[in-house]
Amino acid sequence: MNCIIIDDEATARAIIGQLCSTVSSLNVLEEFPNAIQAIKYLNQNQVDLIFLDIHMPDFTGFDFIDTIKKPPKIILTTSDPKFAIQAFEYNCIVDYLVKPISQERFLKGIQKAQSLSSPTSTQTVTSTEEVEASSDNDLYINIDRRLIKIDIPSIYMVEARGDYIQLKTEDKNYTVHSTLKKIEEKLPNDVFLKVHRSFIINIKKIVDIEDNSVLIKKDVIPVSRSNRPELMKRLNLL
Amino acid sequence: MEQPNLSYIENMSGGDKVFEQKLIDIIKIEFPEEKKVYYNNLAAKKHKETAENVHKLKHKISILGLEKSYTVAVAYEENLIEGKTELKNEFEAILQNITKYLDQL
Repeated sequence: MNCIIIDDEATARAIIGQLCSTVSSLNVLEEFPNAIQAIKYLNQNQVDLIFLDIHMPDFTGFDFIDTIKKPPKIILTTSDPKFAIQAFEYNCIVDYLVKPISQERFLKGIQKAQSLSSPTSTQTVTSTEEVEASSDNDLYINIDRRLIKIDIPSIYMVEARGDYIQLKTEDKNYTVHSTLKKIEEKLPNDVFLKVHRSFIINIKKIVDIEDNSVLIKKDVIPVSRSNRPELMKRLNLL
Repeated sequence: MEQPNLSYIENMSGGDKVFEQKLIDIIKIEFPEEKKVYYNNLAAKKHKETAENVHKLKHKISILGLEKSYTVAVAYEENLIEGKTELKNEFEAILQNITKYLDQL
């Protein structure tokens, strides 16, 4: 199995590399200190297995999995057992190794990876448009390989559209390959609220509310019954 | 205080002395860098970033066989996420302990 290692810690990469060297069927093609470099590599190369650290600055292991299309088999490597439940949400994740990784546990993970059929083709393609990273007030979106900075307070709504989301800002609208769940994690939850399974709004931009909808700019956004109480709670009602 | 050791490294190396030295060299380079970033972020009261630094450092703590210290690091990381620094002194004593150990390797 051709594999790559993604971990921001050189020590961890060395350990995983050493563990891989004890298994003749494993061939480590490359090691990467961050997920962004790995995405570029995967755009042009095929791999069967990725050893992926979850806890990396700016772009976590889960961000990475959400970004790539048709991920190969992935073994998560982390110091945090608390992400195990989240890991079950991904079909591509075949095992979850908690650091420091013992040789016995590593071999068990490899056996799992070998026994499971690949969830997808080994070809991994990056999306051309995706949410890349965020800081306190900025959100970077990747459009045609350009990282565009969006001022978070200028976003007034986000709409889910299949595999894409549409971000509407004061100046411009952007269509990005991402999920509502992912962008929800990047937006400050004191200002942004999911009011419907397909819509997140900036509550500071509300013009008015009527029954089960809100008006923001010229957009009428539906408010689902289950989300309405939270919306009402956030309003400064007279 | 418990003392660092090379048990984990020796176990996973399978007797490969070249690898053991390579890993020690990497830790000797990486640990001071991570420690420096930790102190900088702590001084700047960037608790979230400091928690991330502790997260990374705790892997080195576990590699060096410091089981009790690892528990302190886990609790301190949680502390920092909550904006507290209660275990700061205890954690920094661990860093000093490791620094001293790596210096004599």
